[in-house]
Amino acid sequence: MTAQDDTQGGQEWPLWEVFVRSKAGLDHKHCGSLHATDARMAIQMARDVYTRRQEGSSIWVVRSDQIVASDPGEKAMYFDPAEDKVYRHPTFYVLPKAVDHM
Amino acid sequence: MQSSIELRRDPAVQYVLRIGDTCLILGQRLAEWCGHAPVLEEDIAMANMALDLVGQARALLTHAGHLDGQGLDEDRLAFLRDERDYCNLTLVELPRGDFAFTVVRNTMVATLLKLLWERLAVSADAELSGIAGKAVKEARYHQQHSADWVVRLGDGTAQSRARTEAAVARAWRYTPEMFDSDAVDDAAHASGLGPRWSELREPWLAEMTLVLQEAILPLPPASAFRSTGKFGRHSEHMGFLLTEMQYLQRAFPGAVW
Repeated sequence: MTAQDDTQGGQEWPLWEVFVRSKAGLDHKHCGSLHATDARMAIQMARDVYTRRQEGSSIWVVRSDQIVASDPGEKAMYFDPAEDKVYRHPTFYVLPKAVDHM
Repeated sequence: MQSSIELRRDPAVQYVLRIGDTCLILGQRLAEWCGHAPVLEEDIAMANMALDLVGQARALLTHAGHLDGQGLDEDRLAFLRDERDYCNLTLVELPRGDFAFTVVRNTMVATLLKLLWERLAVSADAELSGIAGKAVKEARYHQQHSADWVVRLGDGTAQSRARTEAAVARAWRYTPEMFDSDAVDDAAHASGLGPRWSELREPWLAEMTLVLQEAILPLPPASAFRSTGKFGRHSEHMGFLLTEMQYLQRAFPGAVW
C-alpha cells in the first residue's frame, strides 16, 4: 500500500450500463447506468437501484466504455437509405388463412 | 403526550422482541445514512436494507403483540415502550459511526440474523416460521453486501484499513451479548419456538472469521465486557435514539400519513 493508493478515492468509479430482464422468457432491457468499482459491486448496486420494485428476475451489467456505438454523425448514411425500401417488410407476402395472425 | 405501554413478562414475547427490536433499532440507525452515504448507489442500498429491517420488525412486533394478548399493535410496541422494555442487542443502538463501522456492524448483525432465520424457519410457531422464510432471503443479501464492503475496505487503502480495523475492534466488544443465553432462550428451546442464541455462536464465528480473513483483518481477542441490551439494560445512546424515534407518536398519538 502506498500513499498514492489513498488518492484514488478522488477519482470517479467506472460507469456501467444496466440491463434487467423482467421475467423469464423476455429479453434484458437497458434501464440505466450506475457507478461501481467492479463487476460484483455493479451487479449488487444494480439490484439495489433498479430492481427495488420487483422489476427484475435477472441482471446484466457491462462497462459503458466496452460498448461500441454507431457514430451519430453517420446516422443519415446508415439509416436513411432504409426509408424507401418498403419491400423489405414481409407485409407483401400473402399468408395462408391458417396462419393469418402471424 | 402519549403515556408508555407495559408488556407482560412472557418468555415467548421476550424472545420475539429480542429479534424484532434488534431489526427495528438497526433499521433506525441505518436510516440515518439516507442522503449521507458515500455514493448515491450505496445510499439507496442502505435505505433498502433499513426498510427490509423495519419490515421484519413490523412482522415480529405484530406477532409479539398477538402473543402478549393485550391487543397491542406494531406501532404501539415500536413507539410507546420505555427504554427498559426494548430487547435489542446493544450493538445496534450504538451511533452510526463512519462507513467502516456501519458495514462491520451490518455484517455482524446480518450474519447473526441469517443464522437465526434459518433456524426459525422450522419453528413450532407457524407465524414465526413464515416470517423467517421471507426474512432469511433479505438477511442473506444484507450479509453478502455488507461483507463485500468489509473485504474491500479491509483489503483497501491504508486509510480504509485503519478505519475498518478500528471498527471491528469497537464492535467486537458487543459480541458476547449475542450469545448470552438465559431463561428466555431455555423456554424457546423447550417449546420449539427457536434456538438458544448460544447455539449460534460457533457458526457465527466461523462465518465472521472467513470474512475477516478475506479482508486481511485480525480476529479480535475475546472481550470480558458484557453488554446487556437484550435484557433491557441499554447503553447511554439508547435514550437519544428513542427520543428521536418516538417523538412523533408521543406528540401526536396515532398519527398516520
